[in-house]
Amino acid sequence: MNKWTRRTVIATGGLIGGGLALGVAGIAFAPNRLRVVPDNRDGMPQLTTWVKIGPDNTVSVIVPHCEMGTGVHTALAMMCAEELEADWSQVRVEEAPGTDDYANGYLVRVFVPVVAVVPKYMERGIDFWTFKLTEMMDLQVTGGSSAVRGTGHMGMRLAGAGAKAMLLEAAAKQWNVPVAECSAKLSKVTHAGSGRTLTYGELAAAASLLAPPVHPHLKSREDYTIVGKPTPRIDIPSKVNGSATYGVDVTLPQMLYATIAASPVFGAKLVSVDTAPAEALPGVKKVVKLENAVAVVADGYWRALKGVRSLAPQFEDTGKSKETSDTIYAGIGTALDGDKSEKVFSSGKGADALKGAAKVVEAEYRVPFLAHATMEPMNATARIADGRCEVWTGVQDPLAARAVAAKASGLKPEQVTIHNQQLGGGFGRRLPGVMDFVDQAVRIAKETSPAPVKLIWSREEDLQHDFYRPAVVGRYKAVLADGGAPTAWVSKFNIKDAAALLPYAIEHQDIRAVDAPHHVRIGAWRSVAHTQHGFFTESFVDELAHAAGKDPLQYRRDLLAHAPRHLAVLDKAAEMAGWSTPPAAGRGRGIAVVESFGSIVAEVAEVEIVDGRVKVHRVCAAVDCGDVVNPDTGTAQVEGGIIFGLSAAVFNEVTIAGGRVAQNNFHDLPMPKLADAPSITVEFIRSGATLGGLGEPGVPPVAPAIANAVFALTGKRVRSLPVRV
Amino acid sequence: MQITLDVNGESRTADVDEDTPLLWVLRESLALTGTKFGCGIAACGACTVHVNGTAVRSCSVPASAMQGQKITTIEGLAPKEQPHPLQTAWIAQQVPQCGYCQSGMIMAAAALLARNPHPSDAEISAEVTNICRCGTYERVRRAIHSAAQGPTEGGAP
Repeated sequence: MNKWTRRTVIATGGLIGGGLALGVAGIAFAPNRLRVVPDNRDGMPQLTTWVKIGPDNTVSVIVPHCEMGTGVHTALAMMCAEELEADWSQVRVEEAPGTDDYANGYLVRVFVPVVAVVPKYMERGIDFWTFKLTEMMDLQVTGGSSAVRGTGHMGMRLAGAGAKAMLLEAAAKQWNVPVAECSAKLSKVTHAGSGRTLTYGELAAAASLLAPPVHPHLKSREDYTIVGKPTPRIDIPSKVNGSATYGVDVTLPQMLYATIAASPVFGAKLVSVDTAPAEALPGVKKVVKLENAVAVVADGYWRALKGVRSLAPQFEDTGKSKETSDTIYAGIGTALDGDKSEKVFSSGKGADALKGAAKVVEAEYRVPFLAHATMEPMNATARIADGRCEVWTGVQDPLAARAVAAKASGLKPEQVTIHNQQLGGGFGRRLPGVMDFVDQAVRIAKETSPAPVKLIWSREEDLQHDFYRPAVVGRYKAVLADGGAPTAWVSKFNIKDAAALLPYAIEHQDIRAVDAPHHVRIGAWRSVAHTQHGFFTESFVDELAHAAGKDPLQYRRDLLAHAPRHLAVLDKAAEMAGWSTPPAAGRGRGIAVVESFGSIVAEVAEVEIVDGRVKVHRVCAAVDCGDVVNPDTGTAQVEGGIIFGLSAAVFNEVTIAGGRVAQNNFHDLPMPKLADAPSITVEFIRSGATLGGLGEPGVPPVAPAIANAVFALTGKRVRSLPVRV
Repeated sequence: MQITLDVNGESRTADVDEDTPLLWVLRESLALTGTKFGCGIAACGACTVHVNGTAVRSCSVPASAMQGQKITTIEGLAPKEQPHPLQTAWIAQQVPQCGYCQSGMIMAAAALLARNPHPSDAEISAEVTNICRCGTYERVRRAIHSAAQGPTEGGAP
């Protein structure tokens, strides 16, 4: 994967080496968002280069998102190439550098209309009152399943269509024929009457002198030749021979290595540490004390690790060292018992509908803290020299990393360069607001300057200093009418989030959230609040179906008459799983449907109890994300989402004991492996609705589908995760 | 201490502590970064290499004890121009997502195929116990079966 730096443009001089570079203004409300990118872009800070066409006929699509395995580099290039009528074999992808030019405002636009509560990490980018995008300069996020539906849909297609229009116009001018007589295909323009052709490379320089169109014509879906066809991912070949470079692989001249021990109890500051034991070890260069951690710098990771392990740092007593998962759950329970709550949604009579009701069903659910546990532990390499700070790392937002590095180094953002690498997993752990590893690396680099230092967290450090999927408790009450249909739904949980909203037609609703603060660090975990609310809502609906004596699929269908897309995915998943015929003896099936990030996913899980544990044999998923750009990659995202959800449903949890995380490594935080992987089938329903995301929506239905299957099999309701039978 | 290792058919030397795991010698002393660090306790398999053809989790064996053994890393699994059938199958099945665990996954699968050219599903499940957080498992299984069939039989890439 090449990196495009601003320097390469400036250095080429003239018109980008004779080619065309077309940009899209980062602010989506500019009258004409398309501009030709000149060498000197001063005064056009919002102009983002999206596509370059070189005189050698190569098309370079510049993608302002990181690649963490979701295939966004390929999918976004496909969307641009489709509109450009480019020859796919000549298309290259470059990841945009972490500069202001690539702030992706589309992400914010996608989120604002879709969710009532914007994820925490985006709040600063949004001014709700004026609906203006502000502080865009440190938003270059890959998160929220937004790349394709945001950047791709609103930016990439426009860039491709705009460039095509300019290339057509350039050809028409050169041949002195009407543009309407020219057509573009496979990176060539052809004049129908004369049969003359010119390649995009031959036309690029002339095209760059033309004014970009204001509203370039976009292709109809039925004319697509690239989008919608399974296309091999550009990043895969380097991932089968060890040549792909992740943050942890970066090697620099004179580089030192560091590892770290932060206070095990979150929030405790370092009081003292006797550095002598580490300093006495061979290869140890320095012990660096940070506000809440101690790091050892050595000539290799192993020696740094031995150094850290030789130390007995003393951290302050914050009064949190007696906290356990039980005390935290108790605190949430107290908040739920209390009178103070915040409305998320209400309709009809709200909670008053419970008064005097003949049949009320009640249940309390809970989910634990979860770690991201990316396979690549947190790491960052930093060098502070010559008044500049450079950081090599893999993050979901290089601009946010730049802000973190600037603050830690005391330099200005423009004196900081982030070299973003491929990510060995993200899942939310490498988002803005949670880049403590970048902060630490830069602070350590101040002590080793001018030598660069690579900070690598041990797995233990990684699991014990995550920003966890929050532990959440939800209390649910529903009133059932005589026929069994719910007439009221009353819920209350900690952590306000719109993910608790219902797709179901229920007249009286009261959905409320309470605040129950604790000292454990929390963050966005793949699919964010939909993980807990998917489990809560879809488990409780299943309980209502049972109380009503109805089939869980039919019960949902009856409440979704207004929601044809939900019905379609439910029916499809049920058909795939053979819902209408009973499962084999000893097996149970469960169903769930969750809408998240603009996509609707229904899943049916088939389980068995083997040696006292839940074995998931099969998951069938039906997905409506509107349309799917790269179908095989889309399938892979849903498959991966299901395994990720399975890890939380059945395999592990993070617990707190003595104020700290009790788990250490994969031996006590077990993950599903090949032997545990169910057979997964995924089908897409191309409803033509607005594009939805795919990185996350496969996750939320898994846990409730499994839990409901366990109930169908055993008659025992699962009300907390992970499932224990 | 000075150690000499036979890595990918070459004799390489490094000056490391006696207890330094093979993983860190490969990655830091020999610049072979295709072998990944995942857990440090042989639980995840990201660091899998071959020692005399057998899959070994390099984070948990001292490099000094590997002297005189034939070590193969992902970089030495096959020449670039003639990839290992598993690497070809991995691309055909579009297995990797983030890709971080895949070096170890391929090395574990290659050791299995070398011993057992036509493994059953159960044998694959028992032998390939690496962790993948992206959840590529079913594709891993498909790619192993596909590579095991060989290029002349149907279904191969």
